[in-house]
Amino acid sequence: MAKSLAELKAIREKKLNEINLRHGKNGYRVVVGMATCGIAAGARPVMVKLMEEVAAKNLVDVTVAQTGCIGSCRLEPIVEVYGANNDKVTYVHMTPEKIVKVVDQHLIGGKIVDEFTMTIVDGKIVDPEIKA
Amino acid sequence: MKELSLHILDITQNSIRAQAKLVKLTIIESLAANVLAIMIEDDGCGIPADKIQNIADPFVTSRTTRRVGLGLSLFKAASETCGGFFRITSEFGVGTKVTGTFNRDHIDRAPLGNMADTVVTMVMSFEEADLIYEHDYNNQSFIFDTREIKETLEVTSLNEPDILNWIREFVREGLEKIMEEE
Repeated sequence: MAKSLAELKAIREKKLNEINLRHGKNGYRVVVGMATCGIAAGARPVMVKLMEEVAAKNLVDVTVAQTGCIGSCRLEPIVEVYGANNDKVTYVHMTPEKIVKVVDQHLIGGKIVDEFTMTIVDGKIVDPEIKA
Repeated sequence: MKELSLHILDITQNSIRAQAKLVKLTIIESLAANVLAIMIEDDGCGIPADKIQNIADPFVTSRTTRRVGLGLSLFKAASETCGGFFRITSEFGVGTKVTGTFNRDHIDRAPLGNMADTVVTMVMSFEEADLIYEHDYNNQSFIFDTREIKETLEVTSLNEPDILNWIREFVREGLEKIMEEE
């Protein structure tokens, strides 16, 4: 893989300054549940779409991570968005289409996408944001 | 699981939870021998001898949040349904090897699926751990090794969108190439 590695290194060097910026800032942290339940329910396409969106929209202060089973397998794929002070919003039954809306509205616009949160799925009205 | 690659993604998560530093994934496909074989080998903490006997039992798991563990049992069922075999060997403190084989033309065999997306998702969850992925298709082989990339870029984690995008394309192109019709 020698030839292409050189090409990757070039792409990389261009990006390096942005990366430093990313680690310096306190932006959103997005976590996708990636246990057997999440994977079977379609977490991988959600994860890949999220990565694509973060790259395409150049969201340098957003970090994407994975976790194991979040505990509500029937609501998978689950995506958790943590804000700067660790407040958490949980999105459930996610799809690649829905994650695009979350990126645009929540990660870029700062506005929670209420209809994808747990409040609607359980039929109860609770604050979608759980304070740290 | 709709794709075999999702089983692979799932089982490598076990390796990461077992603190593996290196995971080796080997896929061998042979049309002549009608075989598709998947091997996942790690250097994680391993499974104690008294636990391995019924490890693929869905009601056996090491986690404490609940009493079911489906990953290995689903993979075992998938391979045995397709006339293949499932095997797991482990040495406590050394590592674990999981193998599943399939009759390639079996009507119930799920497609291998999107390996490029699976590899990218694996790399995202691996952090410091490394992946060697070798795919042999009718004796043509493709190899991907995260250690090589980390060395070239002088980084310890590949979890950056531009690197991940490159990896995805690299795997996609590499696999396309070995699967080309002669």
